[in-house]
Amino acid sequence: MTPVFDIAVAVARVAVFFAFVFGLVVIMTWVERKGAAYMQDRRGPNRARILGLTLGGVFHPLADALKFLFKEDFIPDGAHRLFYQLAPMFALAPAIMTMAVVPFGPPVTIAGKTIALQIADLNVGILYLFAVSGMAVYGVVLAGWSSNSKYPLLGGLRSSAQMISYEVSMGLSVMGIIMVFQSVRLSEIALGQGALLFGFLPKWGVFVQPLGFVLFLTALYAEANRTPFDLPEGESEIVAGYHLEYASFKFSMFMMAEYIHMVVGAAVVATMFFGGWQFPYLADKGFVLPGGFSVAVPAAAVLILRIGSFVGKTFFFCWLYVWIRWTIPRFRYDQVMRLGWKVMLPLSLLNIFVTGLVLLYIDKGGF
Amino acid sequence: MELILFMLFGAIAVGGAIMVVTRRHPMASALYLILTLFAVAALFALRQAHFLAAIQVIVYAGAVVVLFIFVIMLVNVPENKLPMERVTGMRLLGVVAAGLLILESAVLARKFAMPAGSTADAGSVQAVGRALFTDYLLAFEITSVLLLSAVIGAIAMAKKKI
Repeated sequence: MTPVFDIAVAVARVAVFFAFVFGLVVIMTWVERKGAAYMQDRRGPNRARILGLTLGGVFHPLADALKFLFKEDFIPDGAHRLFYQLAPMFALAPAIMTMAVVPFGPPVTIAGKTIALQIADLNVGILYLFAVSGMAVYGVVLAGWSSNSKYPLLGGLRSSAQMISYEVSMGLSVMGIIMVFQSVRLSEIALGQGALLFGFLPKWGVFVQPLGFVLFLTALYAEANRTPFDLPEGESEIVAGYHLEYASFKFSMFMMAEYIHMVVGAAVVATMFFGGWQFPYLADKGFVLPGGFSVAVPAAAVLILRIGSFVGKTFFFCWLYVWIRWTIPRFRYDQVMRLGWKVMLPLSLLNIFVTGLVLLYIDKGGF
Repeated sequence: MELILFMLFGAIAVGGAIMVVTRRHPMASALYLILTLFAVAALFALRQAHFLAAIQVIVYAGAVVVLFIFVIMLVNVPENKLPMERVTGMRLLGVVAAGLLILESAVLARKFAMPAGSTADAGSVQAVGRALFTDYLLAFEITSVLLLSAVIGAIAMAKKKI
């Protein structure tokens, strides 16, 4: 096929996934406020209207964005101007880059050419994800330091300590998944989860690595600075933490970075632990149920079901952030550090050890 | 194409390194260091060492420089109290020595041919893992013990009473 076709495919993949993530970011800002409202028994945002329609406040993200755009863009006195301006970019760019390796559907064949529904199928997959998301800490640290103000500095320090601590257990908690599926490519991990365990259970990461799932989810929340790990922003102690001195579009860049992290994190959890685009019992030709039944499904419907399955799972995990945020109160700082180093780290090492033992046992002919 | 990319990332790496030592503000130096580390990671990726490239970014750019910045933040010297660095005889000698080193490595590089481009698989996670746990197992384990003792030593030195 021509290079023009390849370039068109690459651009289309980027555009589709970009639109998906950013769309979800916009929806999430609404879901977060509305979810908070309903959990606290109030109505939440419902005033923004277009042509007399409010539709439960779905226009609020639009109103928020416009408001951010038109606010005054100021730089506080005494701030380190260059670093102050760089910080939001350092926060947003890695967040956007992380979405490159998440597969959002099975490979499809168009005009005799197999196309992976993934922006880039890197052979270091998960490692790329860790490398890029590790860069996010610079945005936070630079923002906290360059604002030249006490609270942001405290927020930046807290955040960087927290992110470094939890990066360790996050990396170790996915080792089990890598060992089971014998690959660091997210596409192969998603593919491997189409098999069945004991003949009836989908071989999803959560079933083969339950402890790994809990550890990864916890570390993800800590990395994304979400409640119960939102000490970097703890508004009752340090006002708003590292982005306290930011306003207007720079502030919204931090917000966007946080929400993109959430959405991509949800997509990664869905991919590694919940089968990604795999629909339970759905093979390439149709449903194959555990009792020997099978139902033929046209290829297009299979594709739609699989992409829908990925989108649905991502939605669920996005909602889980909101759910947990308004359910669990914030930890104290020493509790966060103790949990990270004295509970999460030993447990993730234990998880690797046990996974290794079980894999060795299977290799020797057990099960 | 590969040559162009090599020149580009090589230039970024060297330029970033020069900026690291010439910037007055330590925070600027640290940020240029990240740039250099990224460019070196790109050079690794160009040689098909993808695993090494990813680890380079995770460990150096993602952890080591974060600690540097952590220290810069904690010490937080105001801009007008940063020491003025002057050109001294010692520094000029350093520049001369650096020039000689570059000359020497250029001569050596001409004498010994670069190993032929490794296969696409040699730098993968699987290949590196297999090599570490078979051919280089002893060296790998000894390095681990060395790092462990360094960690314990750091804690013992930092904390008088444990």
